[in-house]
Amino acid sequence: MTNSLTKLTISSALDGLAKGEFTSRELVESHISAIEKHRDLNAYIVDTFDSALKAANDSDSRRKSGKIGLMEGLPVGVKDLFCTKDVRSTSCSHILDGFTPTYESTVTSKLFSSGAIMLGKTNMDEFAMGSTNTTSHYGSVKNPWKRKGDATELVPGGSSGGSAAAVAAGLCLGALGSDTGGSVRQPAAFCGVVGMKPTYGMCSRWGMIAFASSLDQAGVFTRSVKDAAIMLEAISGHDAKDSTSAPVEIPQFSKIFADLNIKGLKVGIPKEYRQDGMPSEIDTLWKQGAEWLKDAGAKIVDISLPHTKYALPTYYIIAPAEASANLARYDGVRYGLRVEEKGGSLDDMYELTRSAGFGAEVKRRIMIGTYVLSAGYYDAYYKKAQRVRTLVSRDFAQSFEKVDVILTPTTPSPAFAIGEKMDPVTMYLNDVFTVPASLAGLPGISVPAGFSAQGTPLGLQIIGKAFDEETVFKTAAVVERAAGFKGIV
Amino acid sequence: MSLTTAQVKKIAKLARIRLSEEEVDHYGKEISGILDWIEMLQEVNTDKVPQMASVSSIGLSLRTDEVTDGNVQADILKNAPKSAFGCFEVPKVVE
Repeated sequence: MTNSLTKLTISSALDGLAKGEFTSRELVESHISAIEKHRDLNAYIVDTFDSALKAANDSDSRRKSGKIGLMEGLPVGVKDLFCTKDVRSTSCSHILDGFTPTYESTVTSKLFSSGAIMLGKTNMDEFAMGSTNTTSHYGSVKNPWKRKGDATELVPGGSSGGSAAAVAAGLCLGALGSDTGGSVRQPAAFCGVVGMKPTYGMCSRWGMIAFASSLDQAGVFTRSVKDAAIMLEAISGHDAKDSTSAPVEIPQFSKIFADLNIKGLKVGIPKEYRQDGMPSEIDTLWKQGAEWLKDAGAKIVDISLPHTKYALPTYYIIAPAEASANLARYDGVRYGLRVEEKGGSLDDMYELTRSAGFGAEVKRRIMIGTYVLSAGYYDAYYKKAQRVRTLVSRDFAQSFEKVDVILTPTTPSPAFAIGEKMDPVTMYLNDVFTVPASLAGLPGISVPAGFSAQGTPLGLQIIGKAFDEETVFKTAAVVERAAGFKGIV
Repeated sequence: MSLTTAQVKKIAKLARIRLSEEEVDHYGKEISGILDWIEMLQEVNTDKVPQMASVSSIGLSLRTDEVTDGNVQADILKNAPKSAFGCFEVPKVVE
């Protein structure tokens, strides 16, 4: 009984709870066992088991009096960069050692108000900078998947590697992540789960430890597209405390699954996403995805997003620039790590704290950001990048006059080995298909659609118009149904 | 775009990150490599293209200028590495 409870989807768990087949307490207990059995994955860095059991009891009581939220009684994981009241939140960085927020982020507040129960904080790349979850102060996360007949540990992707791995391995029914350049979509693809990044502004960023403010967005990991719709509905909505939060009414995403008719839907296939040296299995899956949609009545349209190749370097100017500003606050004064030397100045304290507290990737990006914003270089780099960003965004706007959604692979490869030597630029190329939608602030979902020749998951990405999550979910659900992907759990 | 040692040291100073001589050299090489790659943006014609500071077309929303929070000194100091007299304590700044 315990085993099978961790194999449920959010949707079937809600159903089972409603029918009284099991309690939230049993759900939480079975997940706690599962987490303890799979410590080797290192998906969670903080456990909140005691409060989870108490919350489960409360949920079961609430259910008896007929109070049932959208995610009532469901055990979830929360990426460490969400400030969770009285629970350590460090963005997996040494520089925020011991930081325990006295407030709750808006997104987790909404999630818990909807009845969801936090099992713990999930592992991530430090300050959300990375695509492998190998830069965390708390160690790397292992992908629950392995290549056929090969014991090599694989990366789960990043930066939300812990959340992706936890959902894939049955260590929670759903998990919160964040996506700045692909940090929900890419690990979802590597771990064979659904990963959804909504339109910029759909979810509040208040209480999220910031990386790049014009790009950061909360996202969800689940084992089905319908689950993602339910969980996204629970965390979306305007927040007066986030001035970039969109004043739009949140549709009931979960309701769209009554009708998955996509007859006449125009699906764009961007030619620039067909890269030189792209593995043929990725291209084959992409073509297969288009066929599935065509079989369901969609019309396939070739489109061009001419500035695609400039999206990555644009991102790697803008994101580090914003990060250098956002991470300036980590100086040893008010929270986290402080390193002083006897007789040292305040400046010494800043320098020693930041040198000891930040990992290599974070330092790299802060320094790139500092450089591109510095006097004499601001115009050539930062301003230039902001102009190219406009062009990337216009490419999408122009294409969306001809199509309703865009279909692409999520990643240029399946999950690779932990520790595989890669120079920074090669690492950055992992984000080639996800970054453009981030720059344009558009909603994007990764759906597990197939396997590599070595038996590891591959995902397909669907990008939609701003605030058109409904069409993205509908299209994704059709791909999901056609693919019939079988996960670990 | 190869950064000189002096440039790397200047960036590190601006970013308030202390680097050893080896680190200056190491990060210098890596950052130079990344900047080389970023150079390709100069190929793009951006004449008359406006800068995009934010993807949202919504303007900055304003609120009434009134106090809606406060009396949370204890919360604010709760995570302080060093505090005294209701303030954050830091190395001496003023002689």
